[in-house]
Amino acid sequence: MVRQHSEPYLWLLFSAGGVLSAMLMPSLLLLFGIAFPLGWVSPPTHEHMLTVLGNPPTGLVLLGLCVLSLFHSAHRFRHTLHDAARLAHPMIAVLCYGTAVAASAFAAYLLWQVS
Amino acid sequence: MSQSQEQPEYQHRVLPPHISTFWWLEKGSYFAFILRELSCVFVAWFVVYLLLLVRAVGQGDAAYQQFLAWSATPLILLVNIVSLLSLVFHAVTFFAAAPQAMVVKVGPNKVPGSLVLAGHYAGWVAASAVVCWLLLGA
Repeated sequence: MVRQHSEPYLWLLFSAGGVLSAMLMPSLLLLFGIAFPLGWVSPPTHEHMLTVLGNPPTGLVLLGLCVLSLFHSAHRFRHTLHDAARLAHPMIAVLCYGTAVAASAFAAYLLWQVS
Repeated sequence: MSQSQEQPEYQHRVLPPHISTFWWLEKGSYFAFILRELSCVFVAWFVVYLLLLVRAVGQGDAAYQQFLAWSATPLILLVNIVSLLSLVFHAVTFFAAAPQAMVVKVGPNKVPGSLVLAGHYAGWVAASAVVCWLLLGA
């Protein structure tokens, strides 16, 4: 299924996704997940959000964030199942990376729709 | 394990040692390892959350307001607070590994690990500032 020679590339995606998610996710989550709901800061208007998401560089960065973070997550989840729970069935890798591919396609579709 | 004369030198133990399913509760460092590994679940959750936001914005103002109201419900708020803690832990541990993972060279000299680490933190601050500027400023 996932052969040995694909491992270096998967680790590369894992690292890229790890760095990108570490750089961008905490601030985004702090704002949308906590600061806006608790009323610390007023959220941007819908019009403002459309402008931000309609900007091609923002869309590309968000797509990169989604795709690489999904692969980061899939890779780490697969290895955690292997190391912590000692599960190493070949189907686990297929399910992990398959979910990442499907979710990436969905992310591209959604981001393309608002652009 | 005693070796009989017939067995060759290199023979391994046949039975694997027994490891408890809860081995990661035995030591603080093991537990930290599992917490770090489990951050991948929260990274995935954030992608889902972000995509729900993007979809709501695409559907119009009413859907966007509904998304904001849904984010303020206790369950989602709690999930996001736990997620933020996990994402910060992920960021700190990932950056801490960077000096070992990356060897940066300027000319013949190797850039010290502390500078590589500082560079990552500077990048984190800059990226967060851009996010805040894009969403709150302008």
